[in-house]
Amino acid sequence: METLRPILEQHPFLKGLAPEYIELLTGCAANVRFKEGEYLFREGKKADQFFILRGGRVSLETYAPGRGTILIQTVGEDEVLGWSWLIRPYKWSFDGRALEMTRAISLDARCLRDKCAEDHNLGYEFMQRFADVMVQRLRATHLQLIDMYQGAPRK
Amino acid sequence: MLPHPYTVRQVHRETHDTFTLDLEPLDGDTPPFAPGQFNMLYMYGVGEVPISISGNPADSRTLMHTTREVGSVTRVMRTLQRGDTLGVRGPFGTHWPVLDSEGSDVVIACGGIGLAPLRPALYQILAHREQFGKVVLLYGTRTPNDILFQREIQKWRAQFDLEIYVTVDRAMGNWRGNVGVVTTLIPKAPFDPINTVALVCGPEVMMRFTVQELRKRGVDERNIYLSMERNMKCGIGCCGHCQYGPDLVCRDGPVFRFDHLEPLFGAWEV
Repeated sequence: METLRPILEQHPFLKGLAPEYIELLTGCAANVRFKEGEYLFREGKKADQFFILRGGRVSLETYAPGRGTILIQTVGEDEVLGWSWLIRPYKWSFDGRALEMTRAISLDARCLRDKCAEDHNLGYEFMQRFADVMVQRLRATHLQLIDMYQGAPRK
Repeated sequence: MLPHPYTVRQVHRETHDTFTLDLEPLDGDTPPFAPGQFNMLYMYGVGEVPISISGNPADSRTLMHTTREVGSVTRVMRTLQRGDTLGVRGPFGTHWPVLDSEGSDVVIACGGIGLAPLRPALYQILAHREQFGKVVLLYGTRTPNDILFQREIQKWRAQFDLEIYVTVDRAMGNWRGNVGVVTTLIPKAPFDPINTVALVCGPEVMMRFTVQELRKRGVDERNIYLSMERNMKCGIGCCGHCQYGPDLVCRDGPVFRFDHLEPLFGAWEV
């Protein structure tokens, strides 16, 4: 029977993960598809999954009263979406909305959290990989905050 | 050193704070220029500012400059209308190594109004497109309203031989494009780092992080070129206003190879 294993193995985010862990992930994985405009998750709701994106683009958004929806970042093909499942209180920090037809693999985080608690090597692997993602997003936010285009290169 | 009188043929409003002037000489021809060079534009009775040439180097009839309203001279410049006159000195400075990059992939990474001095390079590349590998434009701005040359970007996007990625730092709900800083585009952009020449222009902080990402991706620092901004007054290396360590940006730049700049690049004060 065909499984999602080959897709998970080849995804850049999971590259180099031990075969037994890939096997474990395969058991928690489901193919999902989101139409344009559909929400993958909503801010403040329980984060019980994360997504390996295979195609399409997802916008991370927040809503500010009086200003409307603010787009924070776009995540696309070959990227991973969602780290809230790994860090207490396991709630989404933003809305995630598909900007176009988006294909992804959804991973059940409830099951993975328990496995990470049992197997610290697995927990460490995930912590390392998601820490990279968090640091990249933090750096991007840093650059957004310093408003790097403010100083024009020429008048 | 004397400015030549030019007449304004047209003024294009690009964004809320940027505009492009199409100029033609009152006498004689427009002098040839290379992509990346700049002119000193002189508003009689107000002052003179260095502005990059943003038009097509193959067009000998029109001289184009795109600028942002940031100071007393450019604010008055904004009020120019068709038929008005201003002075032009130049072209000055070094240029992008476009023709020396034949056979390579070319990555053009720019932020904000940094697209203006790179547009002539794109025109030149497109005029000799078959002589280059992949050509990738990575362009970042603050918001969707700050995107320069929108119609032209749409036109380039429709071409099959040009990869264009535009991203903004922030946007509201109706924006369907990318959100995120320009540096986030570099890891995913389709080019071969071993055989790539990168042309980078934007505020220094943007260039600093862009260079970091390009190097991380494997682009050799000898293949990375930056256009520097300094307070240029004379344009010919006499006054010293634009000194950058051992260099004068107006004379030795504005386009430098990164390994030449590296010892001073990112220093708080030079």
